[in-house]
Amino acid sequence: MNVALIFLVVILTIAGWWLSRQRLFSKPWLEVGHTYDLRPHDRPSIPPAKIGLGVFLAVVAALFSLFMSAYFMRMASTDWWSTPMPRILWLNTAILGLGSLLLHAAGVTAERHQDDTSRTALIAALAAGLAFLAGQVFAWRELSDAGYLLADNPANSFFYMISGMHGLHILGGLFALTRVIVKTRTGPMGEKAVLSITLCATYWHFMLAVWLVLFALFSGWANDFVELCRQLLT
Amino acid sequence: MVDIRSGTGEPIGPAEVEDVELYHPHSWWTRYVFSQDAKIIAIQYASTAIAIGMVALVLSWLMRLQLGFPGAFAFIDADRYYQFITMHGMIMVIYLLTALFLGGFGNYLIPLMLGARDMVFPYANMLSYWLYLLAVLVLVASFFAPGGPTGAGWTLYPPQAVLSGTPGGKDWGIILMLSSLILFIIGFTMGGLNYVVTVLQGRARGMTLMRMPLTVWGIFTATVMALLAFPALFVACVMMLFDRVLGTSFFMPAIVEMGEQLQHGGGSPILFQHLFWFFGHPEVYIVALPAFGIVSDLISTHARKNIFGYRMMVWAIVIIGALSFIVWAHHMYVSGMNPYFGFFFATTTLIIAVPTAIKVYNWVLTLWRGDIHLTLPMLFALAFIVTFVNGGLTGLFLGNVVVDVPLSDTMFVVAHFHMVMGVAPILVIFGAIYHWYPKITGRMLNGLMGHLHFWVTFIGAYLIFFPMHYLGLIGVPRRYYEMGETAFVPASAHTLNEFITIMVLVVGAAQIIFLFNLVWSIRHGREAGGNPWRATTLEWQTPETPPRHGNWGKELPVVYRWAYDYSVPGAPEDFIPQNQPGSAGLAPEGAS
Repeated sequence: MNVALIFLVVILTIAGWWLSRQRLFSKPWLEVGHTYDLRPHDRPSIPPAKIGLGVFLAVVAALFSLFMSAYFMRMASTDWWSTPMPRILWLNTAILGLGSLLLHAAGVTAERHQDDTSRTALIAALAAGLAFLAGQVFAWRELSDAGYLLADNPANSFFYMISGMHGLHILGGLFALTRVIVKTRTGPMGEKAVLSITLCATYWHFMLAVWLVLFALFSGWANDFVELCRQLLT
Repeated sequence: MVDIRSGTGEPIGPAEVEDVELYHPHSWWTRYVFSQDAKIIAIQYASTAIAIGMVALVLSWLMRLQLGFPGAFAFIDADRYYQFITMHGMIMVIYLLTALFLGGFGNYLIPLMLGARDMVFPYANMLSYWLYLLAVLVLVASFFAPGGPTGAGWTLYPPQAVLSGTPGGKDWGIILMLSSLILFIIGFTMGGLNYVVTVLQGRARGMTLMRMPLTVWGIFTATVMALLAFPALFVACVMMLFDRVLGTSFFMPAIVEMGEQLQHGGGSPILFQHLFWFFGHPEVYIVALPAFGIVSDLISTHARKNIFGYRMMVWAIVIIGALSFIVWAHHMYVSGMNPYFGFFFATTTLIIAVPTAIKVYNWVLTLWRGDIHLTLPMLFALAFIVTFVNGGLTGLFLGNVVVDVPLSDTMFVVAHFHMVMGVAPILVIFGAIYHWYPKITGRMLNGLMGHLHFWVTFIGAYLIFFPMHYLGLIGVPRRYYEMGETAFVPASAHTLNEFITIMVLVVGAAQIIFLFNLVWSIRHGREAGGNPWRATTLEWQTPETPPRHGNWGKELPVVYRWAYDYSVPGAPEDFIPQNQPGSAGLAPEGAS
């Protein structure tokens, strides 16, 4: 459970930092007749959707860190041999990264009111997302054709399961992205559209980061890293 | 009272609070069925939870009938008995307690207590309920599936959960159970995001975190914990589903079943236990923290006194929330862990008793010299304190490895966890329903039926679970379908078991009175008015009772004080609502 615990420490640190700024030492029973509200009056507060996405990403991160915890704990058993990574995964990673860049560009251009460029970038990002999913399916087929079946070995099982879970999250993101594309198809892009696009981009960057960690995990680099940490600790 | 910091008392316009765009329903369907109003969703959540809870209640009757009168009921065979146990536990913990506290009270109270119009993401909130309902339906479907529901115990430990010896293991039971949990978790995440972001972003002007009622603190912290803990159950469920359906070996070691070598091999059952209890222990506090919060508010309101040590109460809630993530393996003392782990987890388990004890002391000190009104909510709150202390103390026994090992598989554990996370939170739920029912319906619940319900439930619960400690101490094992001829169990234990069973039937019947009261009082209850308990918190200050869609009139409330201004010296009344500006009330006004 080490990965999950490390993740938890990170979350608790963030929560603690936030709580430390909430006047937890104030004495509310002595503060009457005034609002004593620290929230800013002048500038608009962060939109709830942004905070909501942040909290959701924390939940997703918890999910994947727990999968990784399970991966490391199961790895300790003797029947484990690692799965070779199909080379198409490199291409997929590049496509996912491209999608991330495109969404970022879509956000920036939407903010500069270059609506058409932004729309093109959004559709390109959608295509990149679909291409990534197709690439993942090709990777699965390549593996199973080579005889690495789901139930043969725990490493295979983990690869299919976790990459599948990641794919499902990408699929969910594609649904959201499609909605944004449909909504911003006509008319000038307002503040709301920019926000939606930025949120999509944030989600994409996050899922890219998750994928990079997972890819490192499956390729075995993460093991070397963990081994290094272990040596440093002992 | 010298360094009191009172402001100028000038009312501050609510303009700074950004109004949420409210969804306006156009038809009966979108208003009452596919509603996006948190109050309707709360009632939907609560009704569904209570309905499925009644199923779990009947299951406990059946299970107790077998224990009290073994063999007297032919249809309760060993398989059915295990199915009853499993479903009773799972329903009560997840589908009743979690759903009712967070989905029910969370939805109803968070927006109202914080002075918001609604949750921040009403659509996701609606989806959350419908996914919960779907999860419940999938769970119920397992009763009708071939082979019946799973009988693996509510902890669903592999490998037995997916083997043919366990009811539902090779049939649909376990698959439906795991699918239902996965649906529940997805649905809860949607609701949970709402509760958290509403607390962060939806508070009315002046409602600082340290002015929130403890109910909201409890629900908020519990939700954060649930959002971090439920993924562990999700992972465990997905992996077990893979093991069961696709033949992987995450949790399944090499097994010979009925002389046949299964294709599984090398998996780790302990891995499941770690994942399960990484969720399972925080789950105890996910249920307990909202109860702590609610009970604080009930005691303060009905003792007409400010809560003792508000800051300490908030800190204790946060600290308990954080600590509860590093105690999970105390459920695994008998699972074969490194002994040093046992030492570590026993220590953290005992440390968590400190903030918990602080809370108990603060409740008692709030009562001290208070103007105690023995209303029904107060009776339930008092009963909670007694029961919780009781169950908590046996928790200290079981937290020690050396004491836990001999007691782990006995009725002592059953008595402990029913006291601390069964009876205690349920008492709070009852108290909370008696307390907020007037706001939800505009009418009071019937007092006579209420008192009957309270005394039978409270005394009955003690008569059920107190003797169970004794049964456990003399070694009566738990999980057994029947004891048969056992040398160390005296005949008197069987008599005691019969007595417990009869009490279970009586207490269960008392809940029917309660349900009847809930329905009867909607039409025939006494008119309550807007603030029957003369409480300070915002939900009692709404312009209409029951509150309309949007909760508040044209303007959102502005908060000028904390939630516990009861019996303030010099004030004209013994309570000052949170939205009352400073000029009214306090004697030392203008002193600063």
